[in-house]
Amino acid sequence: MAKKNSGPVLHISKRDNLPWYGAWAIRGTAILLALVVCAFVTTALTGENPLGVYKTMFQGAFGSKRKMWILGQNLAILLCVSLAVTPAFKMRFWNVGGEGQILIGGLATAACMILLGDKLPNWLLICVMTVSAMAAGAVWGGIPAICKAKWNTNETLFTLMMNYVATQLVAFFVIVWEVPKGAGKIGIINQSTQAGWLPQIGSYKYLLNILIVAVLVVVMYFYLARSKQGYEIAVVGESERTARYVGIPVGKVIVRTMMLSGAICGLAGLLLVGGTDHTITTTIAGGRGFTAVMVAWLAKFNPFGMVFTSFLLVFLGRGAAEISTIYGLNHSFGDILTGIILFFIIGSEFFISYRLDFLKNNGKEQA
Amino acid sequence: MEEKRAAVQMRDITKRFGSTLANDRVWLDIYKGEILALLGENGSGKTTLMNMLSGIYFPDDGKIFINGKEALIRSPRDAFSYGIGMIHQHFKLVDVLTAAENIVLGLKEPGRLDMNKVAQRVQEICDAYGFDVDPNQKIYNMSVSQKQTVEIVKVLYRGADILILDEPTAVLTPQETEKLFAVLRAMRDDGKAIVIITHKMHEVEELSDRVAILRHGQFVGDMETKKTSAQDMTNMMVGRPVTLNIERPEPVNPQPRIEVKNLTVRDAEGTLKLEDVTFTAKSGEILGIAGISGCGQKELLEAIAGLQKTESGSICYVKDDGTREELIGKDPTAIAAMGVSLSFVPEDRLGMGLVGSMDLTDNMMLRSFRKGRSWFTNRKEPKRLAENVVKELEVNTPGVSTPVRRLSGGNVQKVLVGREIAAAPTVLLTAYAVRGLDINSSYTIYDLINKQKKAGVAVVFVGEDLDVLLELCDRILVLCGGKVSGIVDGRSAQKPEVGMMMTRLGGKTNG
Repeated sequence: MAKKNSGPVLHISKRDNLPWYGAWAIRGTAILLALVVCAFVTTALTGENPLGVYKTMFQGAFGSKRKMWILGQNLAILLCVSLAVTPAFKMRFWNVGGEGQILIGGLATAACMILLGDKLPNWLLICVMTVSAMAAGAVWGGIPAICKAKWNTNETLFTLMMNYVATQLVAFFVIVWEVPKGAGKIGIINQSTQAGWLPQIGSYKYLLNILIVAVLVVVMYFYLARSKQGYEIAVVGESERTARYVGIPVGKVIVRTMMLSGAICGLAGLLLVGGTDHTITTTIAGGRGFTAVMVAWLAKFNPFGMVFTSFLLVFLGRGAAEISTIYGLNHSFGDILTGIILFFIIGSEFFISYRLDFLKNNGKEQA
Repeated sequence: MEEKRAAVQMRDITKRFGSTLANDRVWLDIYKGEILALLGENGSGKTTLMNMLSGIYFPDDGKIFINGKEALIRSPRDAFSYGIGMIHQHFKLVDVLTAAENIVLGLKEPGRLDMNKVAQRVQEICDAYGFDVDPNQKIYNMSVSQKQTVEIVKVLYRGADILILDEPTAVLTPQETEKLFAVLRAMRDDGKAIVIITHKMHEVEELSDRVAILRHGQFVGDMETKKTSAQDMTNMMVGRPVTLNIERPEPVNPQPRIEVKNLTVRDAEGTLKLEDVTFTAKSGEILGIAGISGCGQKELLEAIAGLQKTESGSICYVKDDGTREELIGKDPTAIAAMGVSLSFVPEDRLGMGLVGSMDLTDNMMLRSFRKGRSWFTNRKEPKRLAENVVKELEVNTPGVSTPVRRLSGGNVQKVLVGREIAAAPTVLLTAYAVRGLDINSSYTIYDLINKQKKAGVAVVFVGEDLDVLLELCDRILVLCGGKVSGIVDGRSAQKPEVGMMMTRLGGKTNG
């Protein structure tokens, strides 16, 4: 039974309180390490100079005024969806139906533009569009919530299924409203009258979207951290039994929160259809409903933190796209680099919460 | 005693968690053929120390000798190879497997697994020590005490001769406790070394041969149980003299406050939990509720608090002017809206009474955050309340913005009781208010409850320790299988009598 070898060499313990600069130092180191690993992978797989690749990535995101505006627009929409799913996630309601809620909001917007475009004054049309887009999203988010509150159905599956229903509905109406007949797509809605197009601030096409989302960040922060409803959401998320014990109506909070979540997704749909694209397709959400999940988690549900995490993801995405066009590489290569960087960033969270100590020999020679 | 052989010698054992020193150069000897009671307040490092012996933690510093030879225990498997087995407070069994399957789980024995042979060996162990276990019974069909027995057989099956039990009696009835003690004595006489961690002084005196005491992670001393007293041991644990008498002031002008009539409750599965329960709780009085675990105490309190659906019967709140209000069919918000100030300290502190990840201030807000018309929460009042509770109840916390999950059990309970009492209740319901608390914290809680009683509050105290119930309560309602077995006077009732009533309807007498 005599085991002569030493004890464990690694000792993992929880950090008590790491100052904020310590946490950022760890994150920064993680990104540096990720870039080094990416450099090796790039050289090994493509033979390109990694510094050149990084430069291209940077240029893809910031290379020109137009590219910067597109970056801002993508950032705004992704951030909007991330802010939308956050209240639900804080409540531990796994809303992966952002995609469907955006689509249905976009569909409602398009319907108003097409059907009411020449019947209402423009300001009223935009009001109707906003209300109907948010209402549509709220209904789409509310249905799984009601079923969860009443029969405790699984919200992950339910919201996921609602995505497919929304996609099919959009596909159906695209055929109904297709222009010209047989084209299989709607094209730009109200191109001549611009009825229902959200107003443009000066000559900046995307500025309105960015401003709306910026306001939303602040509002959402105070809603979650300071409002009574935000407090209820946190209690329900942590423990439904505690919520019931203090008399918080759990079912009501679930439905209310999910309707809010859906409504903000619907707003994202409005910004996409009414603000920038002026058309609708089944792929208009572009997977943001899912990417938003990662944005929200990485930022630990802090709206201000989400500005950074969504920026990071949009930057990586734009950069990866640029690499594949400039170097003529397969698009997957950019995704590989994005994956490596995300792996390091997510992994660094472990080192922020825990400390590793390498133990000296635990064996014999200690006094 | 004649010459003793040390089975385990722990020397200079040190363990840190972050910045807290859980064990500080602890020396401890455990002898064969002896039952050692390990005592200490909450957070004094008892469980940590034993976890290092059973391979769950690895010490930062220090050495462990087993039978005189230095041992390195890096995992529970290592611990078993040294013959050390620990029975944890929370059982670690797979519900859908049988007793025998659970017992061999994780064992690597050469050759094919022969369940018949396993069952046979399990039976042999049971016969040797007088256990009552059916090897082929599924765990989910077992009572708490049977599950515990399976845990004990599991470590014996693995050849353990050093057994550690962490608060083994917390979940047992007095009769089951007696049975367990008989088994432990039989094992001691068989030459095994036994360590038990407990907070109940009379158990220490009844069972153990020797006590060892830890305070703030340090070893304070050990002595023979016969040569010491509960008073001395408590003083050593706390580090200063403490009084060990539970006060029982005379009831103050008792008037009916809560009248429960013919209450029947079924749970979600349709099982009868309470049947035809009738009693009255009076103001200025402590009504104790005794019963083995799961005989309806939880449902009773939750029904009064408006958290449990009832089938039939009535629960009336009697106001000072004699008017009555029916509580059934109202949720906690509706009850509060009626102007009934009802406080409830539930059994599950972190899962129901508090939110573990929130700090003290936010937890103080749980009951009161709806007040006022503003859309936003006001954290000033709750913060002041939190600071008050910390000061008055001597809560040991770095500050009011620490998540309550980080506090030790006793401090968590103080926060919860503090909040519930701050609401100036007229009715105070408490479920296992001192479960898992050390003796010092327990007395703080008894004190708080007595203060409420003196202020004219109707207190309903669900307890598991009969000695405490008999010392603290004015009247005791005994439940047995969801029915009222009797209501006895706390001052005159005897422990055996109440124990009988807990297991048999009506017991011997009709109190």
